[in-house]
Amino acid sequence: MRYDTIIIGAGMSGLAAGIRLAHFDQRVCILERHATIGGLNSFYRRRGRKYDVGLHAITNYAPKGTRHGPLARMLRQLRLAWDELALSPQVGSSIIFPGIELKFCNDFRLFEAEVGKLFPRQKDGFRRLVAELSEYDQLGQSGTRRSAREVVGTYINDPLLAEMIFCPVLFYGGAREHDMDFGQFSIMFRSIFLEGLARPLAGVRLILRKLVRKFKALGGELRLRAGVDRIAVKDGSVEKVVLEDGAELECQRVLSSAGWPETMRLCDDVSPSRGCPAGQLSLVETISVLGVPPRTLGYDRTMVFYNDSEDFHYRRPDEPADLHSGVVCSPNNFAYAQPLDEGVMRITALANYDRWAAMDAESYELAKLRWYDRIVASAVRFIPDFRSSVIETEMFTPITIHRFTGHEKGAVYGAAEKRYDGRTHLKNLFICGTDQGLVGIIGAIISGISIANKHLLRV
Amino acid sequence: MTTAEIEDAILDILSDIAPDEDLSGLKKDIPFRDQLELDSMDFLDIVMELRKRYRIQIPEEEYTELASMSSTVKYLEPRMRDMEQA
Repeated sequence: MRYDTIIIGAGMSGLAAGIRLAHFDQRVCILERHATIGGLNSFYRRRGRKYDVGLHAITNYAPKGTRHGPLARMLRQLRLAWDELALSPQVGSSIIFPGIELKFCNDFRLFEAEVGKLFPRQKDGFRRLVAELSEYDQLGQSGTRRSAREVVGTYINDPLLAEMIFCPVLFYGGAREHDMDFGQFSIMFRSIFLEGLARPLAGVRLILRKLVRKFKALGGELRLRAGVDRIAVKDGSVEKVVLEDGAELECQRVLSSAGWPETMRLCDDVSPSRGCPAGQLSLVETISVLGVPPRTLGYDRTMVFYNDSEDFHYRRPDEPADLHSGVVCSPNNFAYAQPLDEGVMRITALANYDRWAAMDAESYELAKLRWYDRIVASAVRFIPDFRSSVIETEMFTPITIHRFTGHEKGAVYGAAEKRYDGRTHLKNLFICGTDQGLVGIIGAIISGISIANKHLLRV
Repeated sequence: MTTAEIEDAILDILSDIAPDEDLSGLKKDIPFRDQLELDSMDFLDIVMELRKRYRIQIPEEEYTELASMSSTVKYLEPRMRDMEQA
């Protein structure tokens, strides 16, 4: 059996690309190292409860009937109806720094009014910034790369407002420390503030189930527990893909969502010494299941991005986790037709992969308990203290992220340098997903679609 | 295929690409782009669907012929006249 296209990784981008190719009659096989699909946006079951790994919220929300923007484009390209994703919009979120809270929701006018009220002198600059980034190439594929910090600085000269804007944007997609490319910043800003946040009642598994069913119904083949050992290269192109169990698969083309450095390391013509630095930024997350809905404790926010000083430091901490800043998400606080069964509070903070990786099994378990307590204690400085209502706790670390994504160092948003055009040094090997430059669920799906369209369909 | 059958074939492709769209009021002479806000990715899909369903190859420089329903039907008529309805 010779495949037209082999896709490495059954995450959002790989599945979306697989649907496109299978829909147009290619023989496609998706190889997934893990026993389950989803990659970063996966889910698992523990002690009778279901947990999502990556998903806080879907960004890029658009109400039913919207014809433009990434969500509408994705639905059309995958032949999905809006109702199939059953998205419920957020209730309202906040960015909280010492003594100041900026609120936003899916109606951008609220955010604009808040900026105008709290930073009256920045109002015009803010408006001009929004105008500039609304015009910016939506796919982020325009050639020039500019520092987002520099561009934002030309419009906003109150450092506190700039830090408050960067906080959610970096947390939701910053692959390198402190700054990002302005193109990526524009996409992220739009996806969070101009478009907005939403979630399906059933969480990420609903979206994954939709994608997999669609892919299989189109004749696509999905192999789980099928890790790739190497990509055999001959005369500047992929000759075959060799699996960890020794099986060899022939194909015309390979699309990898494994990440840029990870994919390069699979190619047997690339020497391991050739520098492909992994990203340095990873996250921990505490999950607290509550005996009551968060609202009964006075917590009505969908997301809270907090930071305990005027400067927001988005960088790898020296400690296992950073206690200065974080993101709180309550999956309960979306506008669902029916409530979730249980109250849940998730708190995400920056983390140091190496510190977690150096622990033996016993100290790792102990560290999880210790850092759960510290992170929650840090967060309740900004939100109602929910600790007396906790009935179950869970925590995932950079090690968990590494296990689900295969990203070296548990780099949640991948390598620092992105490859927007999806090409590699081999003429029939392409990359999609996080390291192609689009993050978030919709971003990853669009990445798979656009790379499939650009390089793999018109052949 | 008759003109009406070609039109139905196009409508079927459009309803597949945009399942949420009500196509009953589609105006024949107004570009799809203006009525449905289709972008370049969607136009590529119309081309791909025609290739998949009817084995019609449309060269890239002729994509502009597919701007509206009437121009599309006019362009496809000589190519689909002798086909059986799918």
